[in-house]
Amino acid sequence: MKVTEKDVAYVAELANLELTDEERKGMLRDLNSILEYIDRLNELDTSRVPPMAQVSDRCGVDSTKQGSERFAYASREDILEGLRQSLPHSEALANAPDADGEFFRVPKVIER
Amino acid sequence: MELKSLTIDAVRTAVQERQTSAVTLTEAHYVRIQKEDGQIGAFLTLSRERALQQAERMDRLATEGKTLPPLGGVPVGIKDVMSTRGVRTTAGSKILDKYLPPYDCTAVSKLEAAGAVLLGKMNCDEFAMGSSNENSGFYCVRNPRDLGRVPGGSSGGSAAAVAADMAVATLGSDTGGSIRQPASFCGVVGLMPTYGRVSRYGLIAFASSLDHIGPLTKTVKDAATVLSTIAGRDPMDSTSADMPVPDYVAELDKPVRGLRLGVAKEYFGEGLDEEVRQAVEAAIQALEKLGCEIVPVSLPHTPYAIPTYYLIATAEASSNLARYDGVRYSHRARDVKTLSEMYRRSRDEGFGAEVKRRIMLGTYALSAGYYDAYYLKAQKVRTLLTRDFEQAFQKVDAIVTPTSPTAAFRLGEKSNDPLAMYLADIYTVTADLAGIPGISVPCGQTRENLPIGLQILGKHFDEATILRIAHAYEQHRAWAHSAGV
Repeated sequence: MKVTEKDVAYVAELANLELTDEERKGMLRDLNSILEYIDRLNELDTSRVPPMAQVSDRCGVDSTKQGSERFAYASREDILEGLRQSLPHSEALANAPDADGEFFRVPKVIER
Repeated sequence: MELKSLTIDAVRTAVQERQTSAVTLTEAHYVRIQKEDGQIGAFLTLSRERALQQAERMDRLATEGKTLPPLGGVPVGIKDVMSTRGVRTTAGSKILDKYLPPYDCTAVSKLEAAGAVLLGKMNCDEFAMGSSNENSGFYCVRNPRDLGRVPGGSSGGSAAAVAADMAVATLGSDTGGSIRQPASFCGVVGLMPTYGRVSRYGLIAFASSLDHIGPLTKTVKDAATVLSTIAGRDPMDSTSADMPVPDYVAELDKPVRGLRLGVAKEYFGEGLDEEVRQAVEAAIQALEKLGCEIVPVSLPHTPYAIPTYYLIATAEASSNLARYDGVRYSHRARDVKTLSEMYRRSRDEGFGAEVKRRIMLGTYALSAGYYDAYYLKAQKVRTLLTRDFEQAFQKVDAIVTPTSPTAAFRLGEKSNDPLAMYLADIYTVTADLAGIPGISVPCGQTRENLPIGLQILGKHFDEATILRIAHAYEQHRAWAHSAGV
């Protein structure tokens, strides 16, 4: 077993999930079974292989440029007024579970 | 007008020539949905008002004698991972149960600008995570061919609606096979374009380096028409490519004679159902008769595609799904005392089992101490998988494979075994990882009348060639069928 109960609790905390006791048990079983399968990747020697973060590493790359400029279509000139108008306040808040017309409302974060 | 086998051109011509009206046709589709969808479950939300307004606009154009746009009056459905202004968009998740997007996905705007009538939003696996549609947060979709079987996933609603003539065309999304596999299970055409070919602006993100939008249709020509409509650079999506968009429909009738088709033994190994093998091999023989040259190729890293995919996709998902915090637009748990409790309980209540599993796996793979062993390792193997294709495509113009190792499986058959479910994507995830385009086209059926799909994979930005091959095969099959060959 690679993943322990402690790992499940730790990862759930990182992921902002609570999980019931039953869910944690299932997670322990499933993660171990999936990771065992994933371990077959270690059959491959990748010490000299560069990682591929995205497909534009492979196409649409302008090799004369550096950094993010390298991706021929990844960057553009700034547009002062933006590509589209910002949402009006009322629309931006319309889907909020709790809002006061001006702000999103959440449980108190800082105790006085 | 008979809805069965109704294509984009047939609709547009009929509306243009006033043989029927777009409104009549829209209503006819809603009647059919009313009648059929109770048992299939392909739609999550109907957008009747929006549909009828657009249909009326198309009818007015026709009455005024103006030329209709390419999809004028064509009833379409949109997978519920694409945002539609004012029309509920859930991504198949309870966590977005009531979400009304304030803007439209670019692909949707482009379809509507081309005259399409948006009937509603299609059911799917929650956040597009699944291969059977059993992970929908609302209800399963059933395969119209056999209601005891799954339609495939995650674009199961999109595939089932086209197969059951409840929409002429739909949009789906493909991250590991989610357009092609359900297309294959339901007996329709499904096209995943090259990464960057179609803007993802307004697509609810699952795994950003793998997500694609593409069409599900009744014919290859319709897929070409929809792709021509939705493809192209979008300033709102910096990953959309600034590449010229060919006229895919005009390219269809170019000859396939002399094209070199690769066949990789890695796609015909253990786990491939015998009936699927026979149908795909017969399709390859048919393509050879049409003048294509069959060339053996090797894609040696294929057995590593599923583990690579499930690390990269879940890692990206764990990051993308962090935004569902119960503050701005997603479900919020009641009676919570602290902010942290609000996050955790809202996510616990809103997400389903598979989504939680993937968030956990992805978070684990990215966590300190495991990043190099899992995530970075997967990114390196992704390079190897992509090189496999680059080398093969030096010898061939396209690669033909089965879309899925089996035909549609039964509801519940794999739902308790996540790993068995993941293996359903074994022939499709490779194209997502490499960013190349792929199409699934029907190539026969099993003894139990379940559809089988032929997958054709192409070079980056060469959708024209795979569409052309798929079209030639489809025409040949129709001819062979009518001639009783």
